[in-house]
Amino acid sequence: MSKIRIATVWMDGCSGCHMSFLDMDERLLELAEHIDLVYSPLVDLKDFPQEVDVTLIEGALSSEEDMEKLHKIRKHSKLLVSLGDCAVTANVPGMRNSFPVDSVLKRGYLENATLNQQIPLQVIPKLLPRALPLHEAVKVDLFIPGCPPHRDAIHYALSELIAGRVPDLSTHSHFGA
Amino acid sequence: MTLDELREIARIEREKQQEVPRKIHVCMAAACLSQHSDKVKAGLEAQIKEKGLEHSCKVKGVGCMGLCAAGPLVSVEPEGKLYQGVRPPEEGSDVADIVGSVDGKPANKLELDPGLPFFKEQVKVVLENSGKIDPERIEDYIAADGYEALLTALTSMTPLEIIEQVTKSGLRGRGGAGYPTGLKWSTVAKARSQNNTKFVICNADEGDPGAFMDRSVLESDPQRVLEGMAIAAYAVGASQGYIYVRAEYPLAIKRLKTAIKQAENLGLLGNNICETRFSFRIDIRLGAGAFVCGEETALINSVEGKRGTPRPRPPYPAQEGLWGAPTLINNVETYANIAPIVRKGGAWFAGIGTEKSKGTKVFALAGRVQNTGLIEVPMGIKLRDIIFRLGGGIPDGRKFKAAQTGGPSGGCVPEQYLDMPVDYESLAKVGSIMGSGGLIVMDDSSCMPDVAKYFMDFCRTESCGKCAPCRVGTTHMYNLLERITSGAAAEKELSLLEELCSVVSQTSLCGLGQSAPNPVVTTLRYFRDEYLAHIGEKHCPAGVCKTKPLSRTTEVGK
Amino acid sequence: MSPAVEIKTLQIDGKDVGARADQTILEVARENGIDIPTLCHLDGLGDVGACRLCLVEVKGSNKLLPACVTRVQEGMEVTAHSPRLESLRKIIVEMLFSERNHVCSVCVSNGHCELQALAASLGITHVRVPYLNPKLQVDATNRRFVIDHNRCVLCSRCVRVCDEIEGAHTWDHFGRGIDCRVITDLNQPWGNSDSCTGCGKCVHVCPTGALVEKGRAAGEMRKRQQFLPYLTLMREGRQ
Repeated sequence: MSKIRIATVWMDGCSGCHMSFLDMDERLLELAEHIDLVYSPLVDLKDFPQEVDVTLIEGALSSEEDMEKLHKIRKHSKLLVSLGDCAVTANVPGMRNSFPVDSVLKRGYLENATLNQQIPLQVIPKLLPRALPLHEAVKVDLFIPGCPPHRDAIHYALSELIAGRVPDLSTHSHFGA
Repeated sequence: MTLDELREIARIEREKQQEVPRKIHVCMAAACLSQHSDKVKAGLEAQIKEKGLEHSCKVKGVGCMGLCAAGPLVSVEPEGKLYQGVRPPEEGSDVADIVGSVDGKPANKLELDPGLPFFKEQVKVVLENSGKIDPERIEDYIAADGYEALLTALTSMTPLEIIEQVTKSGLRGRGGAGYPTGLKWSTVAKARSQNNTKFVICNADEGDPGAFMDRSVLESDPQRVLEGMAIAAYAVGASQGYIYVRAEYPLAIKRLKTAIKQAENLGLLGNNICETRFSFRIDIRLGAGAFVCGEETALINSVEGKRGTPRPRPPYPAQEGLWGAPTLINNVETYANIAPIVRKGGAWFAGIGTEKSKGTKVFALAGRVQNTGLIEVPMGIKLRDIIFRLGGGIPDGRKFKAAQTGGPSGGCVPEQYLDMPVDYESLAKVGSIMGSGGLIVMDDSSCMPDVAKYFMDFCRTESCGKCAPCRVGTTHMYNLLERITSGAAAEKELSLLEELCSVVSQTSLCGLGQSAPNPVVTTLRYFRDEYLAHIGEKHCPAGVCKTKPLSRTTEVGK
Repeated sequence: MSPAVEIKTLQIDGKDVGARADQTILEVARENGIDIPTLCHLDGLGDVGACRLCLVEVKGSNKLLPACVTRVQEGMEVTAHSPRLESLRKIIVEMLFSERNHVCSVCVSNGHCELQALAASLGITHVRVPYLNPKLQVDATNRRFVIDHNRCVLCSRCVRVCDEIEGAHTWDHFGRGIDCRVITDLNQPWGNSDSCTGCGKCVHVCPTGALVEKGRAAGEMRKRQQFLPYLTLMREGRQ
């Protein structure tokens, strides 16, 4: 049986979901027998690969770059999973949503900066008006809420997918911790 | 005041009226007043005095004559000549021309044909005195058989017999829901309460956009509503009544106050009316303009001095209403039907209308129709006849598109149902409601998603905020309609909109929320292609909405 | 002599149950181990039927009825759980999440919140309606407590406990529709309130992290609601 091609993506989040993923510890070795991690912050690969079976995305949709990436990922992924509250609800990155982007940038880069006060115009991608949950922009197939989702919830979801079943996360994970 | 004394007043008044053979009626209801009909009246009086016609011609301020768009309206009786758009003396010679024609000179260009379907095809029960009597003189009402019903009821009918007549008449609540009035009365009559306290409330919190039936009745014939309430109070065993009228109706309030005072002075309201044990007082309560206060439980909260938010029903007001006492609450138009029913019998009333919807209905005809104004038609009349015969059709050679009945709680009725009879059941069948009588006609220059958005905006801002589905749901529905009409929506948002419609109508606490999705549901049912054009082609077929191409930052749900 | 107690028999989710005539469907259901989700209801407070989560189907009624205010009737057939009801309850809770800024992960009530628990028990994994992200105030002018409108679900428990139990009526509603919120006195800062006795009942009946004690970090605010039924019981006993 061929291995399932899995990708993990880190958008606007704290990487806590990836930490929880790594917290599966020795169970990662069992999983490794069934999956191929083809793209991840943990894998040194620049471009998102063509055919991915399952993509887990951590983090909210915050910048134009995120939006571009997300559409590309959606196109190349059979199954898209929102991993963690930022991807599911916009969570902490979404706390800026009640304020206009301008004032958020001013606050962060001018008012609260001690050195080199300037709003970056290059290199850093432009923020969207609001940080969004992924499913407000693309179709998402599975949601694993939690901040972060417990490693058991992630393990359960992956095991079910490996076994060819659709996991029911409703009793395994919830908003918050 | 006994029945004989009442009839004596009527006789004297009629005699006095017959002393002057000719009368000029000037509409003094809000629409014509706003066009300075008061100045027209003063001008006519001056003109008559100038010509020395005081003994043969008298000017009288009356209530609404119906064709509000053509105001100020003036009629000359007994010929029944009708003049439209009469300008005050400082603006032209209209007043002099009218008085001149009374004097035998040829009629002028302002004359309207009283044989127009707008006038001829109406059947007047509620509005029988509107445009005929002076709303500020109780004697005029009494001369038109006013209070005959109340005093007959008090002296020769039992409460049960009155309820029997009302039940037999088949009258249903004119406020919107169409609950059988007789059944409601008998429930309140049977309800037991501490100290035998019961209340009668008149709901005059007319809030639908484009609706002015209640206002017109109160401005044109306020005594009729008081009489209806007094009969109701006698029938159910109440001794205190409240009229809850919105503060935005200052003229109606003023005339109601005058009417109550005059009725009290004649002993037609107050203690031991007609020398019987029946006492009844009416007080006015002003609404501060919240649409939701037209909902009966919210209205009751407001009368009690609380925040105007609805309570769950049951218990219904008939069981536990104002201050926990059994309360009869009916709409202005419902009460306005009562006196004629008692006077002429339930069977007479039941002879008008259809099998399940008896009597007449007053409609405020508004929107894209030639003759806007107030009409009273028998139940079961075809919508086509209302719009194209009475209403005179669509102006500017445009095409009829839809009619909105029942205001923001109602639905859009499209062209294919124009031949449907207008009654409670038929309107419900096509997804709309009778409502209180607002009828807004739309032509092909209207964009239906935009119309739905307008009504949803209304419901969203009028939601009281008590229950979650209405408070949040109407906001989401409005936002989705905003996205659709601006060309920003994706197709999956249409299904979300439909789901929210279903959720909000099933779960909201009161009628406002339960019916708020109706305009969306009916426009989606009959004009779905317009929604799809906004979503798929980013194009508004009616050319109303400013759709803009999808930008990526607002792109949602591809 | 106490008046005779009238007993009604009815069915809830197919289970035959007996009840006093003055009981509500919710009371009887809970006595019989049938859980109906609620948010605005709290034992010891008057019911308002506002959150719409306890809606149940009653045979013969074409409308859904709130279990918290609907009295039992003889022969009633109540359905408290059905796919239709579950899906309606889910979207109502989702709407509540979308209405304000409920950021569970950093909320002081994280892990002890009734809204969060409702979402979990209803199996909500995401919110299908767009978040509204309103800009709302936090009033920290009171010496001991904070009102964070970002977390308020307008259940009105604070309004009722302050009026019915404490008798101060410091809390009330302000504004209509989506702009509705709870206020202290005539929309004065809580710290300036003349009527507030500082008893803290509102804080402890609040189901979410909207009304909290000062100085709590994320997940540290636990509410104690048990006092309420005892308080009302004792008062009734004394009368």
